[in-house]
Amino acid sequence: MTWELFVQNLFNALTVGSLYALIAIGYTMVYGILRFINFAHGDVFMVGAYFIFFGVTAAHLPWPVAALVAIGGASGLGILVDRIAYRPLREAPRISALISAIGISFLLENLGLVVFTGLPRPAVQPQWMVDPITLGSIRILPLSFIVPVVTAILVLALLWIVYKTRPGLAMRSISKDIETTRLMGVSVDRIIALTFGLGSALAAAAGIMWAMRYPQIHPFMGVIPGFKAFIAAVVGGIGSIQGAVLGGLLLGTVEIMVVAFYPTLSGYRDAFAFVLLIVILLFKPTGLMGEKLEDKI
Amino acid sequence: MSAQAVKNTPMVQNHSLRNGLSTIVAIGLLFGGLWLAEQHFDGYQTQLLNLVAINAILAVSLNFIYGFSGMFSLGHAGFMAIGAYVSALCILTPGQKEMLWLLEPIWGPLAELSTPFFFSVLMGGLAAAFCSFFIALPVMRLGGDYLGIATLGFAEIIRVLFTNIAPLTNGAIGLRGIPAYANAWWNYTWLIITLFIILSILKSNFGNVLKSIRDDEIAARTMGINTTAYRTMAFCVGGFFAGVGGALMGSLVTTIEPKMFNFQLTFNILLIVVAGGLGSVTGSMVGAAVITLMLEWLRIVEAPMNFGFVIIPGIPGMRMVIFSMLLVLIIIFRRQGLMGTREFSWNAFYNSIGFKDRESFERSES
Amino acid sequence: MKAAHLSTHPDYNPAAPVLQLKNVTMRFGGVTAIDGLNLTVPPKKIVGLIGPNGAGKTTVFNVITGFYTPTEGEVIFEEAPVVGVSPQKICALGIARTFQNIRLFAQGTVLDNVMVGCHVRRKCQWWMAPLCLPGFFREEKAIREKSMDLLNRLGLAHLARENAASLPYGAQRRLEIARALATDPTFLLLDEPAAGMNPQESGELMRFIEEIRDEFDLTILMIEHDMKVVMGVCSHIWVLEYGRLIAEGGPEGIRSNPKVITAYLGQEAVGK
Repeated sequence: MTWELFVQNLFNALTVGSLYALIAIGYTMVYGILRFINFAHGDVFMVGAYFIFFGVTAAHLPWPVAALVAIGGASGLGILVDRIAYRPLREAPRISALISAIGISFLLENLGLVVFTGLPRPAVQPQWMVDPITLGSIRILPLSFIVPVVTAILVLALLWIVYKTRPGLAMRSISKDIETTRLMGVSVDRIIALTFGLGSALAAAAGIMWAMRYPQIHPFMGVIPGFKAFIAAVVGGIGSIQGAVLGGLLLGTVEIMVVAFYPTLSGYRDAFAFVLLIVILLFKPTGLMGEKLEDKI
Repeated sequence: MSAQAVKNTPMVQNHSLRNGLSTIVAIGLLFGGLWLAEQHFDGYQTQLLNLVAINAILAVSLNFIYGFSGMFSLGHAGFMAIGAYVSALCILTPGQKEMLWLLEPIWGPLAELSTPFFFSVLMGGLAAAFCSFFIALPVMRLGGDYLGIATLGFAEIIRVLFTNIAPLTNGAIGLRGIPAYANAWWNYTWLIITLFIILSILKSNFGNVLKSIRDDEIAARTMGINTTAYRTMAFCVGGFFAGVGGALMGSLVTTIEPKMFNFQLTFNILLIVVAGGLGSVTGSMVGAAVITLMLEWLRIVEAPMNFGFVIIPGIPGMRMVIFSMLLVLIIIFRRQGLMGTREFSWNAFYNSIGFKDRESFERSES
Repeated sequence: MKAAHLSTHPDYNPAAPVLQLKNVTMRFGGVTAIDGLNLTVPPKKIVGLIGPNGAGKTTVFNVITGFYTPTEGEVIFEEAPVVGVSPQKICALGIARTFQNIRLFAQGTVLDNVMVGCHVRRKCQWWMAPLCLPGFFREEKAIREKSMDLLNRLGLAHLARENAASLPYGAQRRLEIARALATDPTFLLLDEPAAGMNPQESGELMRFIEEIRDEFDLTILMIEHDMKVVMGVCSHIWVLEYGRLIAEGGPEGIRSNPKVITAYLGQEAVGK
């Protein structure tokens, strides 16, 4: 393990970790307010990548506009999914909502298959992003700087919304006690829609950046990253945005660095996340930064 | 019990002899039907017949874990994989094994292993049950959605392991040419075994206990029930039959690879269980038949349709679009599925066709 | 299938207290729910635990039944310490309980609910079910008969095949008691059995509680807010406020105890 290789892998880890973090935030916010796992979240990530692909190639939009369209579109999709598949089940047992989410997830993936076909699309990678720059003997992609920076900006923006604005206050309030919040006159459904919208926007951003890093877009691209991001959210502490970021970075680091040091384990890479999940659920189920939710007897 | 008490008890007339004979006759009819099918069905129809039986076993086993015992397990595909591979290793001949294991040679002791089909399926089930036990230990205290994610995680770990441990499983290449012993006779026999064991547990007070753990775990513990032990039991029994189903499926489709034991496989079984009715074994069987037939019938939508002068291209993925929509619609509008928690019973059957109980006969008279 | 409990032991002292709480303290993080509670329940009596809302009464039940492990102190049941024993074992030892917010098995029938209570005294194992052993069927039949018998004695036999959740409120409370009795307890904890009852119903409840104490040979500890019921059936009463015992004694003493009156009605009421 040379120094150069280590630094390159570290930037890789930072990139992948940031992307997991962005997706994980969506899971953790929805779980925080609704106590439910939005299985379909990973597929919103996929939709974001497709939207920008078609925005650029089919609609010939300039890249920044296409990005905004993709984020807006995915955001809208997230809100729509909540409206039609989750809101009718607010009063139902939680597992019902989870089953609905699983159904929507498969629906989006296979709709993607039907509409976009399974042919992997090559994402548009602006050349300057993927031309490695050389610092001494280390070669790093500019993308590896951009992704963490953009992620940091987005996370800070989100934290500002959650902690410094009234809708954010409403979100935090709902996560503590939904009924009382409703009684306080807050339009709970609108705030929930906002939560889905924000989470989906971040997932779409992650999808766009993911597609630049791994330029194959296909309908099932959200499945594995989606699972892993959810695991990252659990590891970090479900319900906590900071936890989701921590979990994402941790998972990205573990994945990249373990394989970097032990290349023979590369076939098992996908299993690391699941092993990490089991370990956390066994020893600290509330996650690294999470709070305990008590049951009243 | 005092005479007064006996008079107040709404005892149902004991029809166990009639019901027992009815069951035997029904099984006889089933095998008669299978014999006829053997004479008259073509390959495609036979395949469907077999798939219905196997899906029924898988659905009943998942329903046992989830519908009756309340554990939302998403790991079924993992236990199927274990069953399929263990069974395949037992029925592939040493000659086949030498040919198939391309990446690395097969692990020594397995090379000569060969058992009759019944035992290989049994071993598949036991291996799956064994793994269920170890998976149950850590996940049992998780509730609801977390249990789902954890079991899904284990299923994925199993899949990744099977893809990588070439000496045991031949890795990602998979196994082909598995002897096709799983004909309708075997499949339906195993279905009857599955139903017998699971129904005998569910109809006894142990079934009550499982349902009580599902309904209110704290109250169940207060009533002296070791909920952890019983949930583990349900998980392992369900896992056993998932392994059996996997073993039979492996021998039916004759080719298995780790990739096919993915979440979509579990999703299909979950769909059957939800559509049939969580908490109804009858529902799972009916659901298995309906969904299996629909799955195959809808293949039409995915294959190109040739009308001679025009070819309508198939739409791959359309089947799953329809099925996912179906699952979402059912869970929103009719969560109890087809049967809810109602079960078929001989008593209800005979009552409905005119052989009423004396008690209800008297009531309808007045 | 009666429980073989301490009373069959040759050294059994029939006058020994059924339950003793010694200096029990229960803290949750910064909150002290129970503070240094001492309690001794004499055998075969009906006794009461009262106090304003939030006083910690249900927490005491949760400690006794093993759902909470007390931060300090001992819980002794029939001369054996039970702190740290799991709730299911505590039931097997002979303590049964009902809940403040009824916890029936909502998807089962009335009969099913009671049969679940019989389970703790079973000898057969689950795997004997598919083996169709005659002993297994005998045990199943005995469970069904015992459950029907209990339903009969509690006036619920005609509802045996109804869904438990569809019962009227009073019947649901009685069903919970039937289920608890099915576990063959020697000590029964009732959490607000009279909640939601009108005066006529609560009058019947008082007779009912005394009947089951006699018929089933029980010691009964109840939490209750309805003073008529408490004063009417309890021979000894403990009063909790903010987790602390502020008074104990017979009904007359408690009724006129100024500390108790203050706790319930406030300072001004003492003057009346």
